[in-house]
Amino acid sequence: MIDIGSTYTKVAAVDIERQCIVGTARSFTTVETDVNEGLRSALNKLRNITGTNDYCEKYACSSAAGGLRMVAAGLVPVLTAEAAKMAALSAGARVLKTYSYELTDKEAAEINSLRPDIVLLSGGTDGGNKTTVLNNAKKIASIKCNFPVVIACNKTAAEDAAAVLTAGGKDARICENVMPEFNVLNISPAQEMIRQIFLERIIEAKGLAKVQELTAGILMPTPAAVLKAAVLLSTGIKNEKGLNDLLVIDVGGATTDVYSITDGRPQISAVIMKGIPEPYEKRTVEGDLGVRYSAASLAEAAGIDEIAARARISSEEAFRLIDMISRKPGLLASDDVVIGHIDNTLASLAVKLAVERHAGRISTAFTISGEVFIQTGKDLGSVETIIGTGGPVINGENPEAILSEALRDKNNPEILKPVKAKMMLDRKYILSSMGLLSVKYPDIALAIMKKELEMIRWN
Amino acid sequence: MTEGSESAAEIRQRENVSIEELGVDGFMGKKTLVMGVIGADVHSVGNKILERAFTEAGFNVVNLGVMVSQEEYINAAIETAADAIVVSSLYGHAEIDCRGLREKCDEAGLEKIPLYIGGNLVVGKAPFDEVKKRFRKMGFNRVYPPGTMPDVAIADLIKDLGLE
Repeated sequence: MIDIGSTYTKVAAVDIERQCIVGTARSFTTVETDVNEGLRSALNKLRNITGTNDYCEKYACSSAAGGLRMVAAGLVPVLTAEAAKMAALSAGARVLKTYSYELTDKEAAEINSLRPDIVLLSGGTDGGNKTTVLNNAKKIASIKCNFPVVIACNKTAAEDAAAVLTAGGKDARICENVMPEFNVLNISPAQEMIRQIFLERIIEAKGLAKVQELTAGILMPTPAAVLKAAVLLSTGIKNEKGLNDLLVIDVGGATTDVYSITDGRPQISAVIMKGIPEPYEKRTVEGDLGVRYSAASLAEAAGIDEIAARARISSEEAFRLIDMISRKPGLLASDDVVIGHIDNTLASLAVKLAVERHAGRISTAFTISGEVFIQTGKDLGSVETIIGTGGPVINGENPEAILSEALRDKNNPEILKPVKAKMMLDRKYILSSMGLLSVKYPDIALAIMKKELEMIRWN
Repeated sequence: MTEGSESAAEIRQRENVSIEELGVDGFMGKKTLVMGVIGADVHSVGNKILERAFTEAGFNVVNLGVMVSQEEYINAAIETAADAIVVSSLYGHAEIDCRGLREKCDEAGLEKIPLYIGGNLVVGKAPFDEVKKRFRKMGFNRVYPPGTMPDVAIADLIKDLGLE
């Protein structure tokens, strides 16, 4: 299993018969020169552990060269634009920006400068609004930068939109509407289309095609592999139970990803649901929450005083440290006790804020028939297990304390975070590998995850 | 869908069927209605009955349920290209809840969208003519007193949406 990341190329050798991980290794990703150099170096390191370089099957996922960079466009911000964003995120993309209503010339110019790998165009329920999506198709067709466009809009407007885009030289592909009826989410067709384009075009465009010679192919973007692993671990397979509802939190240098596998339905009665229904398998990415490249924006979101208080240092010292680590993303927590300490604080806050943004909200309203509750988004109260991954969590001073930030805060009970959960650590970085393995061997991937994920807190 | 010069009423007369039996879809493309109970009002029974009546009459119904805000009606109407918004209010606070709805529709590009309202619109025993005048002034095209049957609104919709 090969995971070509933006910084490291990670490899894991799996013994299918014994259902275990034989060894893991990593090396720097070399996408600028020849991505195979980094891969060979990682495989050579792996050979020192496994004693062989002869594998019967090789699968890869990738988030190198910026990952799968997407732009989403819809009509109403809280409806089709949000649905399009969710579809892109679930397909494992990095959503650079989401646009709503009619695109302006300025916004079209912005999309051009963002140079997305794929644009997802939505807008209107089936039989609903057509004018906006047709206008947006025209605007997108006029953009100089060439990229494929996935059309997942009002079915009545889809063919006209495709014709306009094709005439503009864009590779336009129609799939089912992300919101066929008002407030009904239908994101899997768009997800599948994005994956197809990723396989056909993006790998080649990013100079990753050479890896194809070495492997059975890059199957999916890394976040899609992690999501696949999370779903398998949660739902299990026919003869092997899963862990039920769960949350995976991946803290990195640049972003913090949260995956929740739960229907998120209200945990109490007399609740009125509002807003767009969210997917059972939901992924969010916080581009401003990370412990290296995004340390400064994390400090801005959390407040420098909060960081100082948690790390028990002065605000000035906290400011100085954050400035230093955001300038030197190569710093390792193991280099220095002070760095390790501030990393632990930053990772804790990244988990806290990322899960707060991922979770739904509940509020109380007083009516003449008494008190009622209004819920938006997912209630994560049924989550039984929280799994931590990513260097800052795995190598943190206190992973259990970091992950505890994902639990519901007594002072802010309206934020529907998990109430009580077991905690596990992906110490060997196997989640993306297991997502890849599960394509062909779901039973083995499940068995390995159950064996390898390390329990750090039983409730 | 039937095209031609025959009006809905004529078809109905010829076929000897009621509005309910024929359904709006029988002679025109489906018209979309956005409906719901506005404000902090949780009365859901009438809402369900209305949804059923409108659906059976052949409309494409987007029911937002209870406790609907002005923004929810507008967002839903934009996305579904709705032909009318039907507001219900049963708890007497409609006047406060509906203030500015017409202006917000104008702002959102939904100029001239028919706005209907019905229910127990005010607290107390104000004469209905008075109530009607007030809501007409607020930009509602149709205002119905308590106890109005769905057929009345359906007949008005057919007229107002040019289905006849």
